[in-house]
Amino acid sequence: MNRPIRRIAVGFMVLFCALLANANYIQVFQAPELNARDGNRRVTLDEYARQRGPILVGGTQVAYSVKTNDNLIYLRKYRSPELYGHLTGYYSYIYGRSGIESDQNSVLSGTDDRLFVRRIVDLITNRQPQGGSVQLTINPDAQRAALKGLGDKRGSVVAIEPSTGKVLAMVSQPSYDPNKLSSHDSASITEAWKELTQNNPAEPMQNRATQRRYPPGSTFKLVTSAAALSTGRYRPDTVVPAPAVLDLPQTSRTMNNWQDGLCGSSAQITLSEALATSCNTAYADLGLKLGDKALRDQAEKFGFGTKFLPELGGVSSVFPDELDKPQTALSSIGQYDVAATPLQMAMVTAGIANGGKVMKPYIVGKVNGPDLQPLEITEPEVVSQAVSSSVASQLTQMMVDVVEGPNGTGKPVKIDGVQVAGKTGTAQTTPDRPPFAWFVSFAPADNPKVAVAVVIERADVGRNEISGGKLAAPIAKDVMEAVIGK
Amino acid sequence: MSEAQPNPAVQVRKRRGAELVLIVVALAVAVGAYAIVGITVTGKLSQQVLSYGAGLAILVGIAHVIVRIMTPYADPLLLPCVVFLNGLGLALIHRLDLTKIENARANGESLPRADAPLQLTWTAVGVAAFILVLLVIRDHRRLQRATYTALFAGVGLLLLPLVPGLGVRFQGAQIWIRFAGLSFQPGEIAKVCLIVFFAGYLVVKKDALALAGRRFIGIDLPRGRDLGPILSAWLISLAILVFQRDLGTALLFFGAFVVLLYVSTERPGWLFVGGGLFAGGAWFAYIAATSLHIPQFSHIANRINAWLHPFDPQYREGAYQIIQSLYGFAYGGLLGRGLGEGHPNLVPLAKSDFIIAAIGEELGLTGLMAILVLYGIIVERGLRTALVCRDHFGKLLATGVAAVFAIQVFVVVGGVTKLIPLTGLTTPFLSYGGSSLVANWALVALMLRISDQARRPATLPAAPTEDALTQVVVRR
Repeated sequence: MNRPIRRIAVGFMVLFCALLANANYIQVFQAPELNARDGNRRVTLDEYARQRGPILVGGTQVAYSVKTNDNLIYLRKYRSPELYGHLTGYYSYIYGRSGIESDQNSVLSGTDDRLFVRRIVDLITNRQPQGGSVQLTINPDAQRAALKGLGDKRGSVVAIEPSTGKVLAMVSQPSYDPNKLSSHDSASITEAWKELTQNNPAEPMQNRATQRRYPPGSTFKLVTSAAALSTGRYRPDTVVPAPAVLDLPQTSRTMNNWQDGLCGSSAQITLSEALATSCNTAYADLGLKLGDKALRDQAEKFGFGTKFLPELGGVSSVFPDELDKPQTALSSIGQYDVAATPLQMAMVTAGIANGGKVMKPYIVGKVNGPDLQPLEITEPEVVSQAVSSSVASQLTQMMVDVVEGPNGTGKPVKIDGVQVAGKTGTAQTTPDRPPFAWFVSFAPADNPKVAVAVVIERADVGRNEISGGKLAAPIAKDVMEAVIGK
Repeated sequence: MSEAQPNPAVQVRKRRGAELVLIVVALAVAVGAYAIVGITVTGKLSQQVLSYGAGLAILVGIAHVIVRIMTPYADPLLLPCVVFLNGLGLALIHRLDLTKIENARANGESLPRADAPLQLTWTAVGVAAFILVLLVIRDHRRLQRATYTALFAGVGLLLLPLVPGLGVRFQGAQIWIRFAGLSFQPGEIAKVCLIVFFAGYLVVKKDALALAGRRFIGIDLPRGRDLGPILSAWLISLAILVFQRDLGTALLFFGAFVVLLYVSTERPGWLFVGGGLFAGGAWFAYIAATSLHIPQFSHIANRINAWLHPFDPQYREGAYQIIQSLYGFAYGGLLGRGLGEGHPNLVPLAKSDFIIAAIGEELGLTGLMAILVLYGIIVERGLRTALVCRDHFGKLLATGVAAVFAIQVFVVVGGVTKLIPLTGLTTPFLSYGGSSLVANWALVALMLRISDQARRPATLPAAPTEDALTQVVVRR
């Protein structure tokens, strides 16, 4: 009977070896993957046990952690959530993280590789490890001005420093309060989440500045102008045809101007006049002459087709492929399937302001360790030279005329003593829906400090080009004034 | 007949001193762990450490003294291993108690009952059962007379949870009875009875089962008419599966029976028959659940699906336990978070079925491997006892006890580490649960009894009585 017992012993040894090998596999080889899984609450609980670093705007902590008595220990709180909710994002133990909370999680939670040495020191000195802090590029005055201007109208405001790409203001309305998602009470978190996400047509969780694409309407005429001027065949004073009605080739349809008449005194106006009066027929004709490829190339040089600010869910703006002639005509005035985020139109404006050089937008200015020593300072990065500096200054002059010229549509944005360059836009969507009002501008025109894009989703005032100027321009003005200190 | 006298010519080292030293080490680890979890979870040394340590030390001390008196030649490694596991299990249950109480306090809820004191009480009952077995069963061969009594007792105990009013359904399995406010798992005690029955039955029938048979592709297969016992065991296991929904126990009984069948007959053919029947049964159960939608088998299909696709959203609910368990192991990593520093309370049933996950999380791969090796030592010492045992019944009994430990550990640890589908079984000595503790302490006592007889020096023949006609010749 001993031989089978020995064999059974070997068999059991094999079973135990299988257990040991499997334990090794799970705890060593599979562990990183398991630890990184969504829904693994251990890693989250660990994070909650450490003091998470703050998110700073100016000198203010807009997101910070306070110690509580419950078992999640640290509670995340947001100051002025209506201003910064879309930027900080939320920090919820049920729904995870978003925004900067998610993008900079490793620094804020203190698990970043760059904090490794400090963690070791903390371990040895038995000090509670802490997270680092993240400094945003937001200018609090500009941010407040943007929110105040927008009020409760659905829309978005983005302001960029043209020379660097720093995001100075970014507001999206409606907003939400991340405090409600970051509490420690699971019932109220779930309740708040349902309210924000389910059947809520306002989509308050969406950061419209980076995540929603709108037809840019007439503000896209800046891109069309840039393409035209860059060919060398056009100058601001080049006379272009601007009929009252333009026949769209290959179709029986026609295109009118917004006032159903001539843009100026005649059917032949300068390019500069065409921009100032936002002349649809002139730009559609111009677009047809340039062709869709030139328009697309120019748009892509400004950043269309590329995702910016992915940390805030940034999507790329679209200039459609394969356009026939009528589609090209519509696209050159920012209609048809052209779609741009407010951030993208701010980048177009900032690119023109910066001598044609488009800078990569960024919102995290500086990352500090828990000891306040900087870990990383974001360096400005060039996306592309979208237009030459001479074309840029021609465009600047044309945009100044929009604001200051006798027929300019952008008059409401005038600032005393500062030259402002701007462009209005009113984008049609469907006939049953009010158009979007746009305004893009930068100031001072000779030494730009700020470029702004404003979009308002419901321009209920009227369906004409002035509405963009009337509704959106004052907001742009307030934001620019906040930055340049007027 | 006069008592046989030990042969003074043979010196066997009893090693009781080594056993005592190892027990002290095991106690130190267990009490140390108990103290550490108090400090790390609540921030202060628990006042109960002294009473707990003293209680455990007294219990184990008595057990050791009884072993010294009753089974002086018994294997010296088994008791320390068991003390280590039982003590560490107590510390872990205490640790989970503390977190539960802390959480309740933080949430302002009423404080839950602590389970560690109850487990300590059950440990006392377990040690009492251990001592009782050593005192009552002076010679394990006497158990052979109780072969069929053991069968009826075992089957009766197994059926107990199905009695209306007595049985309790928990987590889908009907394996509990509730009596006088205490819940009890009679299947654990049935385990002891059935091992005795298997050994007693097979020691008689082994020749019939072994000698006749035919050869098929190099394997000696038994005759059809000899398949009766294994088929009955298989059917009983299936019945447990269907009526009590307890996959673990079914697997345990069937596995132990097949091992003993093989050992008693020395014919590997039984392993193939057993393996085939197991595979067939499992396949049938899976098909019955997935294609025929027979509700009695649905839990098996759920377990298998959760094992194969734990992260598939379709099976998320069924796979919740195993996923939490895996997260625990992963979080522990190589060296573990340290006692009291992890979140083992996130795993459901952390004190019972998933206590191994708590070890993996807080003591890491290192601790888990140490625990597995300890179980390996228990199994190996058991089989060693079987090898040196002089009588066939003792050999089979020792093999059966070792097999029960080996299979139970493999099924439960394999289940919580996702090596095999998850089945509900307790982890011997570690898990919270009175019936399991008592049964396992009794099994260890049985093992010590056999090992004492096996290692005891061969006795001189008893002085022949006057009317003896035959001369006994001792061969050395």
